[in-house]
Amino acid sequence: MASARTFRKGVDLVAARSSALHAPRASIGSTLLRRELSSAVRAAPRTPSARLTARVAVPQVKTQAVRYASSSSEPLAKTQLYDLHEAHGAKMVPFAGYSMPLQYADLSHVESHMWTREKASLFDVSHMVQHHLSGPGAMNLLMKVTPSSLDKLAPNTSTLSCLLEVGTGGIVDDTVITRRGEDSFYFVTNAGRRTEDLAFLQAEIEAYRAEHGADSIKWDILEDRALVALQGPKAASVLQPLINASSAASTDLSTLYFGNCRELYLTLPDGSATPHPLLISRTGYTGEDGFEISIPTSGAPNLPEQVVNLFLTDKDTVRLAGLAARDSLRLEAGMCLYGHDISTAQTPPDAALGWVVGRDRRDPATANFNGASVILSQLASPKSLTQRRIGLSVEKGPPAREGAVVVDLADPANPVQVGVVTSGLPSPSLGGQNIAMAYVKNGLHKKGTQLGVQVRKKVLKASVVGMPWVESKFHRPS
Amino acid sequence: MSAVARSIRPFASRALAQKPLASACRAAPAFRFPRGTRSFSQSPLAQVKKYTESHEWIELVDGTNTAKIGITKYAANSLGDVVFVELPEADLEVSAGEPVGAVESVKSASDVLSPVAGKVIRGNNVLEDNAKTINASPEGEGWIAEIEVSDAAELEALLDEAAYNETIDH
Repeated sequence: MASARTFRKGVDLVAARSSALHAPRASIGSTLLRRELSSAVRAAPRTPSARLTARVAVPQVKTQAVRYASSSSEPLAKTQLYDLHEAHGAKMVPFAGYSMPLQYADLSHVESHMWTREKASLFDVSHMVQHHLSGPGAMNLLMKVTPSSLDKLAPNTSTLSCLLEVGTGGIVDDTVITRRGEDSFYFVTNAGRRTEDLAFLQAEIEAYRAEHGADSIKWDILEDRALVALQGPKAASVLQPLINASSAASTDLSTLYFGNCRELYLTLPDGSATPHPLLISRTGYTGEDGFEISIPTSGAPNLPEQVVNLFLTDKDTVRLAGLAARDSLRLEAGMCLYGHDISTAQTPPDAALGWVVGRDRRDPATANFNGASVILSQLASPKSLTQRRIGLSVEKGPPAREGAVVVDLADPANPVQVGVVTSGLPSPSLGGQNIAMAYVKNGLHKKGTQLGVQVRKKVLKASVVGMPWVESKFHRPS
Repeated sequence: MSAVARSIRPFASRALAQKPLASACRAAPAFRFPRGTRSFSQSPLAQVKKYTESHEWIELVDGTNTAKIGITKYAANSLGDVVFVELPEADLEVSAGEPVGAVESVKSASDVLSPVAGKVIRGNNVLEDNAKTINASPEGEGWIAEIEVSDAAELEALLDEAAYNETIDH
């Protein structure tokens, strides 16, 4: 909670005053596992989500009887791949109520990061929450809670979006939404926001049903699915030969572009096809080409492990990677981590995510998504924004991390706080160059602006740069 | 700078004393204390190398009040790739438990706390250009600070090798 408070305080300071240069720097440094732990730590004390789901009685919880959230006194949940992680010498850490791999015995954090950039890595992201929403009201509901033009989304394509708070337009969570059919959507939300997201969606869905009937929307949380991400330049060449010819959809991955998905079977070592098709989406959180693969487990509890072992057959190409590499990869790719770089204290335009607002959803006369009046006026008049998410490249020295204060050095003798770092580390791909995401006062967000970042007793020079730091290599139609 | 000091918590609480790391360490390659492989010349005084629960070591140079401070091999393994080391300025006076430097990996920053009171003679300049020396030789070439110990008797309260191993060996 301390760092959450610091973050909020920092954001307020961006808008307001300048004092905090000498304030206690509770969040600088903190723990070895800070990033990994913090989303669990900073979330409000949670009740077991099973209780929530029981109360709301919506999601069909099929497998795990009780799935605990992240109160420290409660046992951590395990993903379907927990035993496999242990067998590969993973350092397991608590993350969002789950015991998750931070890194594995075979590669250091930096080695694993570079492996992903050069070859391919397999990440277990089964802690994330997979949803299915269908029925005649599904699209209307999703277009109320997000600003995306989901009606323009072709079947089996996806978009990054944000769940928005009623009234304020603050970001409740970021999510990738895939249209599976006319009235059918698959979307994935953050594990660290499970409790908040479920409560938020439940309230929205109940309100919709009250008006349009109980059958207008069907909502399932897909507890009987694992989720893994295969990421890196070799991802497609690893996956392609494993696709089973019996798949109904095209088995040619070269025509599965970034943002597309397909249901495909894989071939198991005995030559048989997987008992279920896997939902394979060309997307990821590393900036590399790659896939997120949703694996059904009903009647086949070992399927996730079987599938992962297929990928791991060639140890010279694919290795397991954990949360440590995932965090440094996504930061280099300029991607936000919820609870750090975005929160309910920001709207999409604050967070430089204005592009998630669909072009045809910007007419104030018709826009009906949560927070539309706030967000549309920000888009129409960017000068009204009080804070801006930016990238910083910071001079050689100690890394500027979350919580570090950003200062204006116009008068070096009297540095004035103008922002706060929300994520930062020495970039493994850039030879250890210090990079950081930060919020700064509007007007100081332009590329090339020279600022300072205070790290312990030092003020380091920093310049505002465009993101990403490492160019994304998504597979797009040429 | 008292604000800074206040915000700085022991290496142990920040980096290593957490439950997750206990399991992490079980999973990591087994900690091997360099028993029997120590080759420094002042070996008759092996007992003046002491440890803290926050994973620093301190070793007195034979017959003097000069000591080197570093982080243990266990700590270095747990931190992973060290990318930056903040060294203390000469003449910095520290009390026991006050930071005498910081060690940063890609994912975290951890303060290095002085096990005893003293005055810094110098930081280890080798680490300025080659922070990874900490990983290669945390209890040798990768020492962090050399200090003039105020009262050598203060070392007696610290952990010896066996007691330190007890704290991490479970």
